[in-house]
Amino acid sequence: MISGALLQSWRRLHAIAAKEFRQLTRDRLTFGMVVGIPLIQILIFGYSINFDVRNISAGVVDYANTTASRALIADLQATQAIRVTEYLRSPAELEARIGSGAISAGIYIPPDFERRRQEQGRSAAQILVDGSEPSIEGVVRGLNSVESTPRAGQSTRGPGLIEVRTLYNPERRTAVQIVPALIGVILTMTMVVFTAVAIVRERERGNLELLITTPVSSAELMIGKLLPYVLVGLIQTTIVLLVGKWLFDVPIVGSLLDLYLAAGIFIAANLMLGLLISTLAQTQFQAIQMSLFTLLPSILLSGFMFPFDGMPRAAQLIAQVIPLTHFVELVRGIVLRGAPLASMPWAVGKLGIFFAVALALAALRFRKRLD
Amino acid sequence: MNGGPAIIARGLTRQFGRLTAVDHIDLTIPRAEIYGFLGPNGSGKSTTIRMLCGLLRPTAGSVEVLGMDVAHEAEKVRAKLGYMTQRFSLWEDLSVRENLEFMAEVYGVDRAQRTQRIRARLEEFHLLDRLEQRAGTLSGGQKQRLALAAASLHEPELLLLDEPTSAVDPQSRRDFWESLFRLVGQGTTILVSTHYMDEAERCHRLAILDEGRIVAEGQPKTLMAEIDAAVVEIETEATEAARAALGQIPEVVSIAQLGTRLHALLERSVADPERRVKDALAQAHVAAAVEHTSASLEDVFVAATGGGRRDQLPDGARTDNRT
Repeated sequence: MISGALLQSWRRLHAIAAKEFRQLTRDRLTFGMVVGIPLIQILIFGYSINFDVRNISAGVVDYANTTASRALIADLQATQAIRVTEYLRSPAELEARIGSGAISAGIYIPPDFERRRQEQGRSAAQILVDGSEPSIEGVVRGLNSVESTPRAGQSTRGPGLIEVRTLYNPERRTAVQIVPALIGVILTMTMVVFTAVAIVRERERGNLELLITTPVSSAELMIGKLLPYVLVGLIQTTIVLLVGKWLFDVPIVGSLLDLYLAAGIFIAANLMLGLLISTLAQTQFQAIQMSLFTLLPSILLSGFMFPFDGMPRAAQLIAQVIPLTHFVELVRGIVLRGAPLASMPWAVGKLGIFFAVALALAALRFRKRLD
Repeated sequence: MNGGPAIIARGLTRQFGRLTAVDHIDLTIPRAEIYGFLGPNGSGKSTTIRMLCGLLRPTAGSVEVLGMDVAHEAEKVRAKLGYMTQRFSLWEDLSVRENLEFMAEVYGVDRAQRTQRIRARLEEFHLLDRLEQRAGTLSGGQKQRLALAAASLHEPELLLLDEPTSAVDPQSRRDFWESLFRLVGQGTTILVSTHYMDEAERCHRLAILDEGRIVAEGQPKTLMAEIDAAVVEIETEATEAARAALGQIPEVVSIAQLGTRLHALLERSVADPERRVKDALAQAHVAAAVEHTSASLEDVFVAATGGGRRDQLPDGARTDNRT
């Protein structure tokens, strides 16, 4: 008898999940978003960050014109951080070109380059960089030694050759940090909206009123509607990981299983947020607005874009209730440092607490909605 | 247990904030009959139906559906119940077949029977050639037949239909009622709300609702025969003048116009209503043929819902109930 009831319950759950999944694949726009959002996001975030720091257009003034000076220019280009776009005749011309925005950096090699190379404590060549663009300035400075002192305005001096080689390819670290965390941003962006809209839409169209009068229970209804989105979230995770590896060479140092586990917990937390929003919103439009409202703080405060440590105390506290904050911590730990999931119980725990609280609130509201 | 009434409600009340949508309704609905709720918009028809199927909790009162307490045995009741909402509420982006298969799963229709049952229903409701069509692309009448097919797929003992024909043409309405009688013939009890007089007249029993209360209840024939008013039909060219003259008679409960004819309802206490009307019209110099006639269901409706609002009558505010 009990097993019969369970079987019936399973059949209903399965029917709802299958229906939801069928509608999902049938709605071309939503289906396009499932695949499109991760692809577009990773291309935009991945490339815009890489594109700026690679291939910075640079002008060259080479007064020395020796084998060594040409080798230096070649080495600088080999970092891919800069790309020599023009050769100029004087440092003044170089500054003028930077000033007009035609190039972002200038390499000046003085006539006494060979002699300077031999001398300790003197830089052999100079790189001028547009200081108005902080990320470019940072990258070009990275080409040189840490002791370089930026002067007011736009120029930076560095001591030369050897340091350039040691700080090779500094821009890669940024991309590697961005891509794994991007999984979290994309999941936040899609999971919350999809679930909130999927449920509100059924209410708007009157489907829910019909469903409530059937033997389907609230739990079956909620789980059945959310399950397909867990799958969607895992597919999106996979897309970002694959594209990240393929286009941006993002290595996965840690365990793949841990990564998917973390993603699963994070997806669950976001689905609950979506469910909660669906109980608050009256229309699909409201649901989308509320989802967007949660998205912006997630991106800004989670440490995805701006370093967490640099934030004021109040912002750090707010960030604690944002699931993305903890997922960024988890995913960077697993993907970049190879840390096992079990070594970060706090982040997992906080996601779990978020899940439980959102579920409790949603269940409370959902029941009231029937009335 | 099976012999008892399908629905018993006592003192059923529902308030939304300060508004009382349903006000102490008592219902006894026998099995295997079509029971109608007739009432204007906002009279509490939908709210009552929603309480009967457990969508809404009553503020006060008790409901017993198919011998079970809706509040405590909601799941058991729902398995034996079919509900058709006012609006088409199946999934427009699913095909006819997918919608029915889904409902069959949800109601736990035996897998072995499922395909056959769906086929039989589709045949019965003339939808077999629409099997793979998306529900959203069906016509109004087809959608409504699909909804009834879905609601009756699990062979429920009780069907609750909330204004099922409000969005379809007369031919579809007629077909729809044929289907209802077929289901009743199979032993199903049907509760249907409507604001069409002709539909209400086809019900076995009828409750007229107004402002959350049942103001008349019984078989349509009995209601018409035992109307608590005298009906006088006036045929005249000068309808406006006749109206004004009738408005002067204190015992006139309501006046409804049908083309060049006026139906005036007079209180029962008037000894000779025909004479009374004739005198009033003669006094106002209105030429008219006056005849004491038997009541239509609309007269019953007007008499039941129009009482106590005599002050509105000269404007004809209560005369537009025929839709």
